[in-house]
Amino acid sequence: MATLLEVRNLKTSFLSAAGTVRAVDGVSWDVEAGETVALVGESGCGKSVSALSIMRLVAEPAGRIEGGEILYKGRDLLKLSEEEMRAVRGRDIAMIFQEPMTSLNPVLSIGRQLTEGLEIHMKMNPAQARARAIELLAMVGIPDPERRLAQYPHHFSGGMRQRMMIAMALACNPSLILADEPTTALDVTIQAQILELMRDLARRLGVAMLIITHNLGVVARYADRVNVMYAGRIIERARAGELYANPRHPYTLGLLRSVPRLDEPRRARLDPIEGQPPDLTRLPPGCSFAPRCTYRVERCTESAPPLAALGAEHCSACWEAQRLVRERAA
Amino acid sequence: MAAAPQTIEDLARAEARRPRWLAVILDFARQRPLGAVGAAIIVFMALLAAGAGLVAPYDPLANDYAAMLSAPSAAHWLGTDSFGRDLLSRVIFGSRTALMVGLGASLLGATIGSAIGVTSAYFAGRVDLLVQRVMDIFFAFPVIVLALAVVAILGTGAGNVILAIATPMVPRCARVVRSSALAIREMPYVDAARASGFGHARIILRHMLPNVMAPILIMATAFLGEAILLEASLSFLGLGVQEPTAAWGLMLRGAAVEFAESAPWMAIFPGLAISLAVFGFNLFGDSLRDALDPRLRTQ
Repeated sequence: MATLLEVRNLKTSFLSAAGTVRAVDGVSWDVEAGETVALVGESGCGKSVSALSIMRLVAEPAGRIEGGEILYKGRDLLKLSEEEMRAVRGRDIAMIFQEPMTSLNPVLSIGRQLTEGLEIHMKMNPAQARARAIELLAMVGIPDPERRLAQYPHHFSGGMRQRMMIAMALACNPSLILADEPTTALDVTIQAQILELMRDLARRLGVAMLIITHNLGVVARYADRVNVMYAGRIIERARAGELYANPRHPYTLGLLRSVPRLDEPRRARLDPIEGQPPDLTRLPPGCSFAPRCTYRVERCTESAPPLAALGAEHCSACWEAQRLVRERAA
Repeated sequence: MAAAPQTIEDLARAEARRPRWLAVILDFARQRPLGAVGAAIIVFMALLAAGAGLVAPYDPLANDYAAMLSAPSAAHWLGTDSFGRDLLSRVIFGSRTALMVGLGASLLGATIGSAIGVTSAYFAGRVDLLVQRVMDIFFAFPVIVLALAVVAILGTGAGNVILAIATPMVPRCARVVRSSALAIREMPYVDAARASGFGHARIILRHMLPNVMAPILIMATAFLGEAILLEASLSFLGLGVQEPTAAWGLMLRGAAVEFAESAPWMAIFPGLAISLAVFGFNLFGDSLRDALDPRLRTQ
C-alpha cells in the first residue's frame, strides 16, 4: 500500500511561563492509504498536538511547529501557504473532535453545517449539497435524514451528534480522517456503536484513519498499527496484535497491566505505573520514562534510547528491550 | 345569546388559530409588563412617525402669525411657538427625526462595533491588543465630546449626525461583543470550522457573529434611547439637524429659552417627548436583556 501521510521528525513546542514545553519532540510515523493507525498515550503526552500540527492548527503564537516534515501524498504540508492549507483541511484531511456536544455550532442548522463544506470545497450548488447531506446522514445511520436537516444540534443526542461529526468529516471524500478521542465523551454503549460505524465506513470508503486515544481497548479492536507516545516521543510501534502479545517497552507493559481484564482470574489489585508523567519543560537528559521504570539501568538516565527496530514492524525505544523480552519469556 | 360551548377542542382550535408570533408577544407582555409598556411607547412613537402626515393637525413648518405663542387650546392642543407653528404637529414630526437618527445611528454603531469586537476576539494576540488600545482612546472622550468632534469635522446635517452619534457607540459595542466573542472563540466548533478549511471572514461572520447576536441586540436597543437623547443634545447645541426641520432638541432651543416663563409649553412638550421616548427604549431594552439572558430564562 502507498504511504498516505508521513510525519518526519516533527517538533512542536509551546511557550509557557514555566519555559518551553516540547509537546511533540521529534516524532516520526506514517499512515498508509486505507489503514487505521492509533496514537496512544496518557493525557499531555502530545497526541492531540500531533493531530493539530498536521492540520497546522496549533494555537499561535504560543504554540509553534519548530521543525520536521509532514508529507501528505509527497507534499510537505508545512511548506504550503495558508491558502493552500485551507484547501487541504476538510477536503483531503478531515478531523473529528472529542466533544460532540460543543463541536457543532448551536446556531447553525444540521443541514447548513453539512452543506457548507460541500459548497466550498466541492463547489456544489445548494441543491446538490442538500442531496449529498441527506445521503451522508443516512450513511451514518441517522433516521429520517430529510427532516433532520432543518433541525439544530440541540435536537440531537450525544451519539447522534458524533454521527453528525462523522458525516461532516466524510462529506468531501477525504483520504484521511484524524479522530481525536472520538468516543471519550460518550456513553460506553454508544462508544462501541460509534467505533463500529467509523470502522465500517472507513473500510467501505477506503479512508485512512488516525485514532488518537488513551483507551487501549479501542486500539485493540479497531487499529491496524499502534504508536505509543510518552512525553512527546514515540516509545513503541507495532501491529496491534503484536503489541498486545509482546510489548517491548516497560511503559507499554505497564499500561497493559493497569487495565482490568475480564478474561483473566480476578486479581485483588491492578498494577498502576508508579509516579507522575514528567514535566515537559524539564525533561531529564536520558529516557523520559526512566524515573518510573522498573527496568531502569544506569545507562537510562544518561542518554535517551532511539526508536530501534526489533523485528518486522516492531520498534521500541528502550535500552533494556531485550532483557524485558527475556524476563517475560521466563 | 347562548354561551359558546367551551370544549377543549374549541380552545385548542383557538390556540392553533392564534399565530406563533402573537403567542410570543403575549408571553413577553405577561412576563415583563414594564417591557411591554416600553414596547407600547415605541410602537406608538413608530406609528406616529410613520403616519405623521395623516395624524398631525397642521403643517409643522407653516407659520400662523395670528397665533404666535398661543397657550394650549382646542385649536392648538399643545400651543404654538414664537413663529406660530403648531407644537403638536412639530412634536409628531419630531418623532420621525428622532427615530430615523436613532435607528440609523444605533444600527450603524452596533454593526461596526460588533464587527470590530468579533474580529478582535477571533484573531486575539497582537491584533486584539492593538484594536482594544484604539478603542481605549475612543473611550477616553465623553460621548458628547466625541459626537461634537465628529460634527465639527464633517459639518451638520442628518447623515453626519447619524455618523457622529454612531461613533461613540462603536467602541462600547466592540468591547461588550468582544468579551462574548472571546468565550465563543474557545468553543470547539470554531476549531472545527477551521479544521473544515473555512476562511477567517466566513468563520467570523457566519460562525461566530450569530452566536453573539443576543448582546448585540440588547446593546442596539439600549443605544436607541441614548441616540435619541444625543440627537436632541446635538440639535439643542445647534450642531444637529437644522431649522426649520421638526426635531425635539431643536424645539428646546432659541425662543423656547427666551420665552420659558411666558410660554413654558414650548419647552415642556418636546422635553416630555424626549423623556418618554428614552424611557420607552430603556424599559424595552432592559426587558429584552432579561428575556435573552439564558441565566434568567428559567425563572
